[in-house]
Amino acid sequence: MNDVATCPPRTAQSYKSSYKPIWCPGCGDYSVLSSITKALAMVGVPPEDVAVVSGIGCSSRIPAYTSCYGFHGVHGRSLAAATGLKVARPELTVLVASGDGDGYSIGGNHFLHACRRNVDLTYIVMDNHVYGMTKGQPSPTTEPDWDSKLSPGGTGLRVFHPLVIALAAGANFVARAFSGDPNGTAEILAQAIRHPGFSFVEILSPCVTFRPEQREWKHQVHPAPVSATDDPARAARRIMTDDGFNIGVLYAGDRTPYPMTTGKSKRSPEDLEAEFAI
Amino acid sequence: MSGASKTTKKAAADKKAGAAAKRKAAARRVKTGGRAERRTAVAKLERSGERAIKGPRTLGELMSQALVMEIEAAQRYADFADAMDTHNNREVAALFRKMADIEGKHAAQIMTAMEWKQVPAPTSAKPSWEGFEAPETTPGDEVHYLMQPYHALQLALANEQRAERFFARLVRVANVESVRKAARELQAEEREHVSLVKAWLKRTPRPDRYWDDDPDPARYTD
Repeated sequence: MNDVATCPPRTAQSYKSSYKPIWCPGCGDYSVLSSITKALAMVGVPPEDVAVVSGIGCSSRIPAYTSCYGFHGVHGRSLAAATGLKVARPELTVLVASGDGDGYSIGGNHFLHACRRNVDLTYIVMDNHVYGMTKGQPSPTTEPDWDSKLSPGGTGLRVFHPLVIALAAGANFVARAFSGDPNGTAEILAQAIRHPGFSFVEILSPCVTFRPEQREWKHQVHPAPVSATDDPARAARRIMTDDGFNIGVLYAGDRTPYPMTTGKSKRSPEDLEAEFAI
Repeated sequence: MSGASKTTKKAAADKKAGAAAKRKAAARRVKTGGRAERRTAVAKLERSGERAIKGPRTLGELMSQALVMEIEAAQRYADFADAMDTHNNREVAALFRKMADIEGKHAAQIMTAMEWKQVPAPTSAKPSWEGFEAPETTPGDEVHYLMQPYHALQLALANEQRAERFFARLVRVANVESVRKAARELQAEEREHVSLVKAWLKRTPRPDRYWDDDPDPARYTD
């Protein structure tokens, strides 16, 4: 048996796989990967006790780049898969990675109900306001006047407000981070992982290929001027009136997480089989 | 000294005093103002780059910050090298890998000098640098898949210059002699790195103006 005291401490590197990420150089997702591994090192949970679940999109490549268990699911369904996993294996730390298209459009309905159920998951959405993997279509968080060849003159549609929606739907922890601040993001993620219930962290992660103007975000983001509140009404007011560039923990609630039951079912397989007998 | 020169100097001194008074007033507003006033004042101080930095209080704290700087710089260069490898930009990948090795060696030198067997646990003290990342770390968004060695060296030069300025500032704000002495030595090292990278840049061909032309670009829709 290994002597725990002689084991070297886990570092961010302990959570990285040997696969080299395939993202555009300059993409914010590199920093998010670095923040996730740093956060896991801060929390100190062994890689074999962590599962990273994702859907489809640039951000959803992340599970392969970690040394944790991973599940690269179908589009928009990462939260459904992760919820099932957490309920079946409550002892695991389950992180869910998504993007603004995968998480807010195709997976929008799962997002609402994951917040409502309050299962102990950490949901990380890398928001770049565009579908990058499929060449730059507008996503739910794209500004209505973003003019491109694929959306001439802009969509004219009101943007989706994920943080307010998460709060209204019952998320127990709501934060915004910025990929250009990998250490600050790691601290927020560590808090989110430790916080019981459904934790939602939206990370502004620029797409340098389709939204090169997002390089300016590093000059626009600023720390949230006040600390997190546990009052949903105050948090809602704060989130609804902020400029979208406030970074930090905005809400940390104390709602009881979805109860996890461990142990064997009281019914035997034979009993279950009998129920379905014709 | 001519009268005109005296007048210019006096005007400059008045301007300096005026700026100092404004900074003091902004700092006072940070301490005593209301929430909105405080926020504006903090932003103003941050924009002017004059917000007082707190230097390390001990030699261990300083060296621990210097170590973090080298480790983070090495890690970022290594990440860039991997990214360039996956985009078949082998020449720049090799250069970034070399930079990562160099920064890794600097980190090892600090460990040896301080007789640290492992990287010290982070302290609760806020690092002395301003901004999101350590001064020697290249911001993640400053690379391009078609960049050339010249560009990579320009980034390295900017990093070394930021590091040099950082230690110069610590020399000015240090209250403890051992910290000031070590910061001065680190500043001298960074200055030497600046010279080395400048010499390297001189030997490196400049990219032509069409360096980022891609006949098959990712943004084919534009």
